Parts: sequence; structure tokens; C-alpha cells
Amino acid sequence: MASKAFQKIYTKLEAISKATISLRAGGVANEELASVAGRLAQVVKIKGDLVTLQVFEGTDGIATNAEVVFFGEPPALNVSEELAGRFFNSYGQPIDNRPPVEGERRYIGGPSVNPYRRKQPSELIPTGIAGIDLNNTLVSGQKIPFFADPDQPYNQVMAQVALKADVDKIILGGMGLTNDDYLYFKQMFENAGALNKIISFVNTTEQPPVERLLIPDMALTAAEYFAVDKNEKVLVLLTDMTLYADALSIVSNRMDQIPSKDSMPGSLYSDLAKIYEKAVQLPTGGSITIIAVTTLSGGDITHAIPDNTGYITEGQLFLRTDTDTGKVIVDPFRSLSRLKQLVIGKKTREDHNYVMNAAVRLYADAANAKTKLENGFDLSDYDMRCLDYAKAYSNRLLAIDVNINITEMLDTAWELFKKYFTKEELSIKAEILDKYWKTA
Amino acid sequence: MKTRGKVKGIIANLVTIEVDGPVSQNEICYIDLDGTKLMAEVIKVTGKNVFVQVYESTRGLKVDHEAEFQGHMLEVALGPGILSSNYDGLQNNLETMKGVFLTRGEHTEPLDLDKLWKFTPMAKPGDRVIAADWLGEVLEGWLSHKIMVPFAFKGEYTVKTIAPAGEYKVTDTLAVVTGEEGQEHTITMMQKWPVKVAITAYNDKPRPFRIMETGVRTIDTFNPIAEGGTGFIPGPFGCGKTVLQHAISKQADADVIIIAACGERANEVVETFTEFPELIDPRTGRKLMERTTIICNTSNMPVAAREASVYTAMTIGEYYRSMGHKVLLLADSTSRWAQALREMSNRMEELPGADAFPMDLPAIISSFYARAGIVNLNNGNTGSVTFIGTVSPAGGNLKEPVTESTKKAARCFYALSQNRADKKRYPAVDPIDSYSKYLEYPEIIEDLQKRISPDWVEKVLKGKNIALRGKEAYDQINILGDDGVPIDYHTRYWKSELLDFIILQQDAYDKIDQSTPLERQKMMYELVIDICNTDFEFDGFEECGNFYKKLINIMRQMNYSEYKSTEFNNYLEQLNKEIGHGK
Repeated sequence: MASKAFQKIYTKLEAISKATISLRAGGVANEELASVAGRLAQVVKIKGDLVTLQVFEGTDGIATNAEVVFFGEPPALNVSEELAGRFFNSYGQPIDNRPPVEGERRYIGGPSVNPYRRKQPSELIPTGIAGIDLNNTLVSGQKIPFFADPDQPYNQVMAQVALKADVDKIILGGMGLTNDDYLYFKQMFENAGALNKIISFVNTTEQPPVERLLIPDMALTAAEYFAVDKNEKVLVLLTDMTLYADALSIVSNRMDQIPSKDSMPGSLYSDLAKIYEKAVQLPTGGSITIIAVTTLSGGDITHAIPDNTGYITEGQLFLRTDTDTGKVIVDPFRSLSRLKQLVIGKKTREDHNYVMNAAVRLYADAANAKTKLENGFDLSDYDMRCLDYAKAYSNRLLAIDVNINITEMLDTAWELFKKYFTKEELSIKAEILDKYWKTA
Repeated sequence: MKTRGKVKGIIANLVTIEVDGPVSQNEICYIDLDGTKLMAEVIKVTGKNVFVQVYESTRGLKVDHEAEFQGHMLEVALGPGILSSNYDGLQNNLETMKGVFLTRGEHTEPLDLDKLWKFTPMAKPGDRVIAADWLGEVLEGWLSHKIMVPFAFKGEYTVKTIAPAGEYKVTDTLAVVTGEEGQEHTITMMQKWPVKVAITAYNDKPRPFRIMETGVRTIDTFNPIAEGGTGFIPGPFGCGKTVLQHAISKQADADVIIIAACGERANEVVETFTEFPELIDPRTGRKLMERTTIICNTSNMPVAAREASVYTAMTIGEYYRSMGHKVLLLADSTSRWAQALREMSNRMEELPGADAFPMDLPAIISSFYARAGIVNLNNGNTGSVTFIGTVSPAGGNLKEPVTESTKKAARCFYALSQNRADKKRYPAVDPIDSYSKYLEYPEIIEDLQKRISPDWVEKVLKGKNIALRGKEAYDQINILGDDGVPIDYHTRYWKSELLDFIILQQDAYDKIDQSTPLERQKMMYELVIDICNTDFEFDGFEECGNFYKKLINIMRQMNYSEYKSTEFNNYLEQLNKEIGHGK
């Protein structure tokens, strides 16, 4: 962000709050960047000649005579093939001791794809995790978050999914990552020998929270470059979106906006949608798939952040520790991939849909049986079989450490069905049942 | 001369403009950002300062940028060519836009101005006509598209000339009419109408008197919606709101379907774009797309245009209603529209109501729902707009302001239950909480008696009772244990399960099960009710459960089979045998 010659320098601030400063200046454009005492800031409000700027690093120590220089453009990123393999901060500046990227300058947070120019997603993204592939199949162009409590290994699962997925580029947008997690990702990518297809934009917990508001747009601008210009398949990882939303609420609070539910800004839905809706399948073959993380507090999905997220994303993957087996599983009840219908039974075996539904229904029966057991009631023979089945199902299919292909998953499910249940109890369309029951 | 003004303040998409002349509330203006025209709507005036909500991103906008006011509110162009078009919330045609991205300030014509339409006159010189009277028709796909006296015309007119049958463009003059004071007006195929004003050029609006078939059993059988009626579907995310709406849009017995994708996912709209041109409407044998218009303002498109999108959709619906058509309008989701209102209200620093929504939210919602209805046109025909909106309650809590306000306005309530969705019981419409007020309308009862059977409504109420008693029994069983309750409780529970699995649940992804015509619904429902009316003897609760599970399994296979095919009949025979064993 080199400053240009003959720029006007302002030195009289009218007001300073914790995150914003105001000054009198003319000819300023909405959303323009500026430097305030050397810190990056963005125009968020203009009233006559009074301009309010949000200072990303915070306003600690800023004096009323601080130098303010306007850059004349909104936040931007230089895009080119050189981005591959690089690490950047929230402003798109390299943090890997290598020179800045040369390329076309693009404003971040650009316009949306015309819905009519999109293509219906139809390519399966296999992950090897049965809780995902079997029950909640991912499709390219999809946007889906992990809902997880902070103590669950969501970043590890996400890294595993990313490295397994067949994509051209992986873009990591890290918001409020602990330094340890950042190094974990870096090491995972290095060990996999995949560094050259990975681009990272990272804001760690050591950096000011408001800065992280730029991360998703930076990551997605890079993603759009590769997907739209280069027709590549891009996977974007965003972690942790809850911390992103927290930063939004800090800013809106400082701007004196009336908070809505859970002290979040009233525009939370639109703010999140602008990010997630960048996921797209283009007719030219390029695609952007977004896998995000939304951490929950105590599994509460009615909180405004997961709630609004759930309404935007195409499903959610719910991580939970199964007390019966002690393993972290992808919860079959609360997880959902909305786009799975586009690939299951089409890109996978014909029995996929039936097997998936029957398996989950029986698992639900097991949950009922468990309630009965806990309440001290006698269990029927069916209840007992359900409980045994649930344990096996959890161990062999739901656990995130399972790594098999989808046909193997289906065969495993049939094997369990046959072991614990009768044909009638499955309530599967006869044609399918007859065909696969025999070979199971 | 047009009023002009200069930008004085900017907060996100709320812009203050100082004006040099008169402006009116809701007037449209264009702000010139270095050659790009940003469309905006006046939402508040204080002295010389006008607050406008800009329908597009205001990035780069500066103080002193100029604005020009247009002298009219947000309007849509009405004419042939709307059907099978895909518009954004401001009626820009998305298909004719250039480029992969939506470019700011790019406006496209809603109607194809070059296309020739085959016009047949219906009126003749000397006819006395008023607004919305039919002057002629063109064929839009297979649908008769009436060319009407514009809705804005007040009083009576005499037809002076009318164009002979032939091919015309939408802007060609088709008729000249003379007003009461002798002034002449030319009429083309196209007219404009402000979206926030209801079209009331009809004779009267009676109570709805017949049901609209949707092919969805839990709606048609259990809680039917009337033609010209209103309904809403609230539900937490992941409960299948959109799948249910899609099912309705594919199967409903309507001439015209308008889908307002309001602040929802783009991929869902793409699904419609992709599937509808391929799907065939079983009633007409034509492509579904031919009767469908999509108004698309997905969640990443500008927020202010979201509000406009539902009004645009409703206005188009009212337009086709005036031609005597049955219109079904679906809006997904009205909560997003309410949120758009909240964002603006918040930026204007208005005092907030519940959950920071604007105070007048209930009034806005109810006056919108009131625009639906069946109407008697001036020429004796009827037309209707049936409206079904979805609501996305925050946290799945049905006590939030949008759900509560909608409940007061809509007559059918299809509550989606998280519990049912978790159990994969789709559609997840809760049989106990949901209702249709139309089941109480004498007109509708009469219609059902005539169309289905004389004792139909009684049977429906009986079914609702079975569902309720089943739930009570289930709760008791859970508290007291399988052994702790009489077998009768198990019977009651299993009867409700039978009803649930065979009638209420429906597989939206199965070719046959996805749509059930009324005749088939009648047959299956009466079968279920007959079984529920029969007393069976069981030795224990397990025998009871096994017996009903067997029946459920057979009847599910029936649902998956072609109606009255050999396969279907074989299952029916098998079922009767099992019932015989049970007695």
C-alpha cells in the first residue's frame, strides 16, 4: 500500500472511539482505504465533510493530530499465479519473508455471480469419512460449515478433508487462529507436499480482531481469480467464522448500531451470506467450494451466529463425541448436506439413498431405546438389537477416523443391517432390498 | 422538469441527498457514480434532505455525486414474455445480462421488445370498457395472455379502434380508446404499475370457495389450502422448507407459478433454473418452465432489492389474475424480507420494536398477505393469487416477531418440526400444530364433499384425532414403559404411526411418491382410516408393533408403485390378507 505522491495529508481528528476516528475531509469515497498514523483504516460513514473511518488495528495511542492519508481505493489484492504457495496477513501482505505478489489489482468483496450464470453443482467431493460421504455427501460449489464445540478437533478434520479432496487450489482463511493451529495447518500442508497449491490468509489471535473482517474477502478474491479466470476447482477453508462474527459485532457496537439477537448486528445474515454465497459452480468448470468452521458454545445452535449460518449454508456438519464408543463422530441427526441429492445414487451406487435413510432411522430407534434404558424400562428384543447396531454403526461408519470409499461404506451398512435386523424392519423399497440383501 | 439533488451522507446503502425540488415518498432516483447509475428509493424526507435506500453497493460513492429523481415509484413492466423469464428483484432480466458477475448499474429490459406476438382482438370499436377489461389476447406459450385496458385508467372509455388479428411487438399500438371527455389514449401490450400498490381492478373478492390441489398429501388431505388462500411454512433450517416449496411449485394445480427467491441460497434457484425447463407439467403436458417466472434476489444480492422482490412478484401475480388465471405465488423466505426492513430501520436510527424489527412489521406483513385472494373479474370470470410464504424463525423459535405477525395474516399454518426432521420424517409438517382455517369454511367443506366424498371432512378430523391420541399414547409409553401401559395405548400409538408413514410422510425424491393426485389420496387415506377403525386382538405389545410395522411396510410399497398397476394391486391383496390375519 505505497502512498502516492501529492496526496493530501490531514492532521486534525474530530473524534476518536475505540475502533473509529472521524475527521473533516472532502472528496472521500465510501469504503475507501486510508492510513491513520500508519495504521490501515476504511471509510464506513460519510456525513457532509465529516468522514468516519474504522481503524482495523484499533485506535490505542492515536493522537488528535495523527496523519491521515486517503488511498483513493477500497481494499485490494494483487492476483496472479504467483499467489500459489504463499502466506499473507489480513491486508494481503506477505508474511513468509518473500517479495510481494505482482499481478492484477482487484478490489476485494466484489460483485456476486449472476445466478443465471451459475451451473447446478453435480461433482462429488469424496473425503473418506463415512459420516460425511455416506450421510452428508459434499458437492463442488457447496458451502458447508462444521458446527463444533471449541474442544473438538475441527481444524484437524478440516485439514484432513482438504488434503483428501481432489481440487486444484486450497485457500485457507484463518481468523483468530491460535499460533499453534496456524503452525499446525502449515505443517500439515508441508508434510502432504501440497504447499504449492495452497494459499493462506491468516489473522492470528495475536493480531487485532477487527483486522480479520478482511480475511474472507481476501481469500475469496483469490478463489475467484483461480475459479473464474483459470477455471480451477478451488476449496476455501474458513476458520473460525464465529470469531469473524464477533468482530462484526465489535464494529457495529462501536458505530452505535442497535443490536439484534445475541448482541449481533441486524445485518449479520447479509454479512455472512455475502461470504458464503461466493461458493459457486461455473459452467466453464471452475468452482469455489467453502468449508467453514463455526464454533458453538455448549452445542447451542440457536445462537444467532450458527442460526444465521444454518440458513445460509447448504447444510452443516455436526461434530459430537459419542459417549458409547468414545469417538468423535459426525452426528447423523443434526448434520445435513443439502446438495447430496444431486450426487447420491447418481454418482454413487443406486442403493445409497435408501441405505443412508434406513441406517439413520435405525440409529434414531436406538436413541429411543437408550432413553428407555436410562429411564429404567425393560427393553424389547428389537431395542436390544438397535443398541448393538448403534454401537457398530458409530464405530465403523460415523467415526471421523474411518477412511474408506463410498462403495465400502454401503457394503458395511448392508452387513450391519443383515447382522442386526430383519428385512421388514428396514422398510426399504423391495427392488433395492432384494438385490443387496443377498450379497450382504 | 425532474428534481435533482446531491449526495450529502453515506452509511452503507443509506444515502442522504439534498434536493432542489419536490420528491415523493418511495420515488425512484438514480445516483450517478462516475457514469454508473445506482438505483435508489426514497424512504424518508426531512426538509431538503432525502434519505434513499440504494439498491446496489455504494462503494466509491462520494459527497456531491448527483442524483436525478424519476417522478414515479418502483414499477414493473407488465406484458407478454414475463412467463419463463428470470428476473432480479427489480425486474431486470438476468438472462440478458452480460458477464459472469452482476455489474453494478446494469439494467436490462424486462420484456423482449423485438419479439412478435400473435394478437387476436376480443373487443370491437364502440365497446364500453374500464380498467382491466380484456381487449384481445396473445398466446404466451400455451397460456392465453389478455391484453387489458391499463389498470391506471380511471372511469369508462369507448374503444375507438382496435388492431386486426396479426403479429405485433409489445410496444405497437393495439387499440385507441376515448375517455369520457373525448381525450384519446393508445394502448399497447405493455403497461407499467407501481409494485407497492395492489391492483384492485376487479369486481369483488369473495371468500375462497375451492381447494387448490398440490399433490402433497399432508397439505391436500390434512390441511388443504384454498385457491386464492394464504399459507405459510415456518421452520428451523434443515427442516425441508425449500424442498416442500419446490414440491408444491412442481405439482400444484395452477396456471402460473411465480417463485420469489428472496434472500435465500443461489444454488436453490439454480436448481429451479436447471430442472424446470426439463420437467413436464402432468396436467398440460407442457414444460413447467413455460408457466413459471422466477424473481430472484438471493442472499448475496443487494439487501434493499430483497424487499422489492416480493412486491414485484405479487404485482406480476395480480396481473395474471386479472386475465382469469390461477396464480400460485411462493416466497422463500419472507423472514429475509423482514430482515431487510430491519437493516434499513436500524440505519435510519428508528426506535426498534421486538428483536430490533421495525414497529410496523405486522402491518406490512398483513397488508402484503391481503393482496392474495380469488376475485370475480368485471367480465364474470374468476382469477386467483394463492400465496404461500416461508418463514425462517431465528433459532427455530416460533414466538419471534415475523412468525407471530404472519400467523395473524395467513390462514394455513404448516409448522415444520425439528423433531420430525431429525427423524427424517419428511415433509416435516407437524400434524398436530399445523392447521388450515379453510377446513372450517362452509364453502370449502361443500367443495370437498363434492370433489372427494360426502364424509371427507369428518374423516380428516378423525385422522387428526388419531395423530393427537397417538402422540399422547406415545408420551405415556415413554413415561410408564412398554409394559406399564395397556395394549390399547400401543394400538393407538401404532395407528398414528400408520397414518404418519403412509399419509403424512412422502418421498419428494421418488418419481411416483412425490406427487399424489386427489383420487389416489382419497383411496389411500380411506384405507388407513378403515384400518384405524378396525379392532385387532393382540397378545402383547410386541405383536401389536410387529403387526402394524408389517402393514406400514406393505402400504409404503404401494406408495412407491404406479397407481392401480399390477404391482400396486398385488400389494393391496397382500395387505388385505394381513388385515384378515389380524382380525
